[in-house]
Order: sequence, then C-alpha cells, then structure tokens
Amino acid sequence: MNRILAINRYQIQRLGFGLLTLIALLTVVPIVGVVVFITLKGAPAISQEFLLGFPRDGMRAGGILPAIVGTIYLTIGTAIFSVPLGIAAAIYLSEYASDNIWTRTIRIAIINLAGIPSVVYGLFGLGLFVLFLNFGTSILAASLTLAIMTLPVIISTTEESLRAVPQAFRTVSISLGATRWQTIRRIVLQEALPGILTGVILGLERAAGETAPILFTGAAFFLPRLPSSPLNATMALPYHLFVISTQVPEMPIKVQYGTALVLLIFVLTMNLIATIIRSRARAKRQW
Amino acid sequence: MDKIIVENLSLQYADGTESLQGINLGIKERAVNVLFGPAGGGKSTLLRCINRLNDLTDVKSSSGRILLDGKDLLDPDTDVIALRRKVGMVFARPVVLPLSVRKNLTYGLELAGERRKSRLDAAVERSLTLAALWEEVKERLDEPAVSLSGGQQQRLCLARSLALQPEIILLDEPTSGLDPISTSKVEAALQELKKNYTIVLVPHSVQQAARTADTAAFFLQGELIEFGEGKRLFTAPRQKQTEDYVTGRFG
Repeated sequence: MNRILAINRYQIQRLGFGLLTLIALLTVVPIVGVVVFITLKGAPAISQEFLLGFPRDGMRAGGILPAIVGTIYLTIGTAIFSVPLGIAAAIYLSEYASDNIWTRTIRIAIINLAGIPSVVYGLFGLGLFVLFLNFGTSILAASLTLAIMTLPVIISTTEESLRAVPQAFRTVSISLGATRWQTIRRIVLQEALPGILTGVILGLERAAGETAPILFTGAAFFLPRLPSSPLNATMALPYHLFVISTQVPEMPIKVQYGTALVLLIFVLTMNLIATIIRSRARAKRQW
Repeated sequence: MDKIIVENLSLQYADGTESLQGINLGIKERAVNVLFGPAGGGKSTLLRCINRLNDLTDVKSSSGRILLDGKDLLDPDTDVIALRRKVGMVFARPVVLPLSVRKNLTYGLELAGERRKSRLDAAVERSLTLAALWEEVKERLDEPAVSLSGGQQQRLCLARSLALQPEIILLDEPTSGLDPISTSKVEAALQELKKNYTIVLVPHSVQQAARTADTAAFFLQGELIEFGEGKRLFTAPRQKQTEDYVTGRFG
C-alpha cells in the first residue's frame, strides 16, 4: 500500500512540474511571437534614410528621425524630473519616516497613482502644465506629465531596494560614528544602487512607450524640423505610430511596422541595460 | 577607578521586550566588565545605552543617568557622534560592511575626517595587530571583507572599532557564532586589550563569563541581582539566584 502511494507521489510531482513548465512556456510564446512578427515585418523598412531622414509624402515615405529624437528628448526630460524626486521620496520613506498616518497616506497615494490610467495623466497634464502653467503643448509639459506617471514606479522600486539592504549595516555604521545621512550615502545607497537603476530604467521605459499622456501635452502630428527648445512640441515614436496606423490613408504597411520595430528596439535596449546592471550587481554582491 | 557609573537607570521598550529597572553599577577602567544572565535580562539593552544606540530603537520611557568620566551621556545635549567614536561596539553576529578589509577599518576614521593615507595605513596595521588578525590578513587588505572566515570577520569587527582608538569597547556576545579556536583568540585579544581599554562584555556562556571577568554583574529580567569582583562572584555568590545560575541550576 505504502509503496503504491510513494510511486503515485512521484508521478504527481512529475505531472505538477510538467504542468508548471508548460505554463511558463505559454507566457514566453506571446512575447517571442510579437518580437519575431514585428521584426520580420518591420526589418525591410529599416534603412539609413528611415532612421536619419525626415518624413516625406505626408509621412508615407522618408524617415522617422523627428520621432526618434523626440522620444529620446521626452525620456531624458522625464528622467530629469522623476529620478531625483523619486529617489529622494523613497529615501525619505525608507530611511527617515516613521510608520504613521502621514507616511501610510503617502504610500496609499503612491499605490493609487500607479493604478491611474495613463490617459488620465494626459488630461491632468493638459490642465496643469499646458493650460494653467502655460507651458503650451511642449516637451516640458509632456516630460512633466510622464514624470508624474513614472514617479510611483521609481519610488516603490527604490524603496524596496533600500529596504533590502540589511538593517545591521545601518546599525554598524551608526555605531562607528556615522550620521544617518553618511550611512545612507556611503553604505545603503551604494548597496541599493543596482536595484534603484533597474527600477528607474523600467519606469522610463514605460514612459518612452506611452502615447496617451503626451497626446494632449506635447506630441505633434507632424513637424518639418527637430524641436529646438523644451517649449516646442515634438513628434514621438508611440504617437507617430498611432498617427500613421490610424490617421493617414494609404499608409504603406512597411513603414508602420518599421516604426513599431524601432520603438520596440528602443524599449528592449533599455530593458537589456537594466538586466545587465542587475546581473552584474548580483555577481559582485558582498553579502 | 570607575570609568562609567550607571545611576538608577530604568528603561522600557515600546514593544514591551526587555527592560531595565533601577540599575546601579560601576564599570571599572581598564578591566573586563562582564554583564551576564539569561536572555531577556537587559544586558544588551544596557550596552546599547552606553553608546546611545538605543536612540535608533523605539524606547517608551527611560530615566536615570550614565556617567562617563563624570558626564551624563544620556543628556540630550550629548554629542552622540563623538560618544560613539569614544565607545566602540562589537555585535553578536560579525557584520562586516560591504567594503574591502581595509575600507572596513578606515570607515570610521574617514567619517571623522581623517584623509592622510599614512595615518589610515598606520591605523589599519595597529588595529589589526591588536585584534590578533594582522598576520592572517596583511596580504588580503584589499579583498572584500566577506571573503574572510567567520572568526576572522569577528576579529575584523573588533579591529574596526579599535581603529577609532576608543576608550571603551562594548562586546555583545562577540563569540556566539564562533568555533572554540576563534573564541579563544578573541578572549586572548581581550586580555591584551584590557591593559589600555575599558571593556564591557556580554559573554555567550557562564563559562566565558567566569574565564574573563574582572568584575561581573548578574542580570535577571531587567534587574541587577548581584554585582561584584569577578572571582568572588563566581566562587562565592551572595545571592541565591546568582548561585543557582552560575552552578547551572537554571538558565
């Protein structure tokens, strides 16, 4: 009796593992599918002119340089506003604030901020930055809008990385005559940096791929030249993709997939950088 | 001569664990002062009062004084940074900072503003020698400190607090995670160190307490039961509870 049960247990275990492997594979299939499909369809469009040229013939030919440059500008703009603020907020929450109503409110606000649909951020940005603060439809307004959207991601991943640093390091550092800030700067941030960078890149990557928040705040349908000031509007890859997929009749399919491929490469490259940073840090972790 | 005088010290943590009730105690200069007793007796709490590390903990209430060279270090105006440079601490688990061996040792000094390489190098060699570790790691100063063995790490922690040239060293069960050989190395280092430093040790066993104590204080549930010269306390305890504990009848 016991023997039969034992065999059954092993069989059940094998069955369970098999099932889990299958499910894991199923999650990989769509990702690989999307990448392969877009690469196959988009690769023929990629050329020097496509990457470095301006759109021609009502965007049906030529290049997408203004959209590429615009997305880079928006990503940098978002980083300028969201990274320092996000990291500072996380340091406050993890290292200084005690657990009380006030910090709990902040945490709930952050969680809810992360759940707000991106188009709502777009409307908020329109109201606050474009109209009330009078920045106009501009890189500045769009970057600020994207920054607010990115903040919760940066704050929560940074706070998590800070909390993952063993408490004992802080105690020891303090016992050696360090102030709290010295401890944070020399030990805690040092240790948490890879995790923080990963969170920052993932947050910015999401911002780079968003359409809705920039729709009313900074994105231009078509611009004959590159933006020259933060107060200019700009073309951007995700919005450009939306425009040429839905707003321009007789659009060559090749151009649409080419644009999608460039956006995908942009985002996946950021992802890859985050992965490399993380695995490197793991390899040299000293505790 | 008493280096530290604890006067009527009471303390309660917010979470209700461990507390101290009206402790009066003298810590002798240049001696090994042992605080011992069963877990939860308040020994560590007292240690963490002496370098004000309890400032980081949720303390509900505290009263009394701790006089260091005649000045109350619990006074809110005390410069805690300066205090912690004067009062080094070694913890139960060896916690090396995620830095090289050398950087672990110079960490406190650099924070104190020392930049001269010659001074820092001298401090590294001196403190490692005092902690009986120099010969073992002198070729490995720039390796990560975690690459050392557990026993070496604990002596590195001792050396790290010595690098600041403190006057007092607090040790909270410094050998609890160590094998007998490493333990005896640490104990031997303490016997050397007490010639120049005031040592307050929470030992990890009664045997260690008896081996090392110049003065001994027996703590039970936040109260100081008995306090006296080490040999006398272990051979002829005056209190019944002390006798029961040192003879192994409970604990």
